[in-house]
Amino acid sequence: MTPVDAIDLRREYEAVDIASVLGQLDEELIGLAPVKTRLREIASLLLVERIRQKMALATTFPTLHMSFTGNPGTGKTTVALRMAGILHRLGFVRRGHVISVTRDDLVGQYIGHTAPKTKEILKKAMGGVLFIDEAYYLYRPENERDYGQEAIEILLQVMESQREDLVVILAGYDDRMEKFFQSNPGFRSRIAHHIDFPDYSDVELLAIAELMLNEQNYRFAPEARDAFERYIAIRKTRPLFSNARSIRNALDRIRLRQANRLVSRLDRILTSDEVMSIVAADVLASRVFSGGSDGAGQGP
Amino acid sequence: MRITQGCFSFLPDLTDGQITAQIQYCLEKGWAVNIEFTDDPHPRNTYWEMWGLPMFDLRDAAGIMKELADCRRVYGDRYIRISGFDPSPGWESVRISFIVNRPKEEPGFRLDRQESRGRNIRYATHAYAAGRPEGERYG
Repeated sequence: MTPVDAIDLRREYEAVDIASVLGQLDEELIGLAPVKTRLREIASLLLVERIRQKMALATTFPTLHMSFTGNPGTGKTTVALRMAGILHRLGFVRRGHVISVTRDDLVGQYIGHTAPKTKEILKKAMGGVLFIDEAYYLYRPENERDYGQEAIEILLQVMESQREDLVVILAGYDDRMEKFFQSNPGFRSRIAHHIDFPDYSDVELLAIAELMLNEQNYRFAPEARDAFERYIAIRKTRPLFSNARSIRNALDRIRLRQANRLVSRLDRILTSDEVMSIVAADVLASRVFSGGSDGAGQGP
Repeated sequence: MRITQGCFSFLPDLTDGQITAQIQYCLEKGWAVNIEFTDDPHPRNTYWEMWGLPMFDLRDAAGIMKELADCRRVYGDRYIRISGFDPSPGWESVRISFIVNRPKEEPGFRLDRQESRGRNIRYATHAYAAGRPEGERYG
């Protein structure tokens, strides 16, 4: 392809259609303003990079590896999926799929098991995005014979030598990722974009809850909405609070209670309105209000 | 004498770009791709050594090209072929197989004729390279 001197920016922008991906991001993800700003910046950078490639001004392939830090349930995985979409549209990854892995998928259990395992995953992720959740578990300083180090070395090598074939996104909690980077300086220098995911505010959590219910064709009755607002305020102070994930779990249990309430009185005609509505009693029956932690299996 | 086995063997050697495109075609069909090598060029030698395991569930050819590069580094003086296996019939069946690497010198075959009973003649092909031990046959 011969280099060009001038490019119609708007046409280029519309051709790759990142506007629709970013717009979708705004619609479907509540809050996360700093993340969205960073994504916009990265998308612009990549658009310019793409134009520079067409003008034969780009000399090297940009480093695109990222690290997502933030508390559980703040949308890291969701954003990683979107990121893959953006990168694919701009032509920086060829296929745009996401392979999501944790330590177990990369690190083997005996000598000689780790390298083939890690390479296998890397091969699967080629042409797309490799999303490593809770990446700091790869490195276990307390055990010097831990095989995680081997996986880290292979990862670092591929991140450097096959930059145009795959993008690695590391994700995890803030403080632990910081420690992980300190003990593995190779990672920090190979990662171009660090994105921090803030916690959601009460208002945002309520909006998330309503969005989730809406998708499943449910809705809060007005008093139930107030009750859920109070639920969020209390739940936040309890241990193992994981933002949007806790909200989703709470809604699952509320739906359970709603179904139970409906089925408990059999001899009547049920309207669609009743099936869709969640009333205050469904919310208030939660153990959170009586000082419990509401439900086992909350996950980290 | 140039060995002609599998697809494309009457064409000039495929470039890496062409090999990538062929592999990508296999992957898009949902086939598993396997790399094999040998230094016994006899046409009836169908069981070649495997370079690692067949690669399942890949999306992009880059990973296989990396394996091919590794295989070439170790066995660059031997024949290397890539096969695509289609699992859709319920078993793995070879859909495509092509040579991606060959020795610099290919000495070819000798034809042995043996006169047997009556006026029958039995033929045998004998690869000149196979006269030397395995691993020392080319270069």
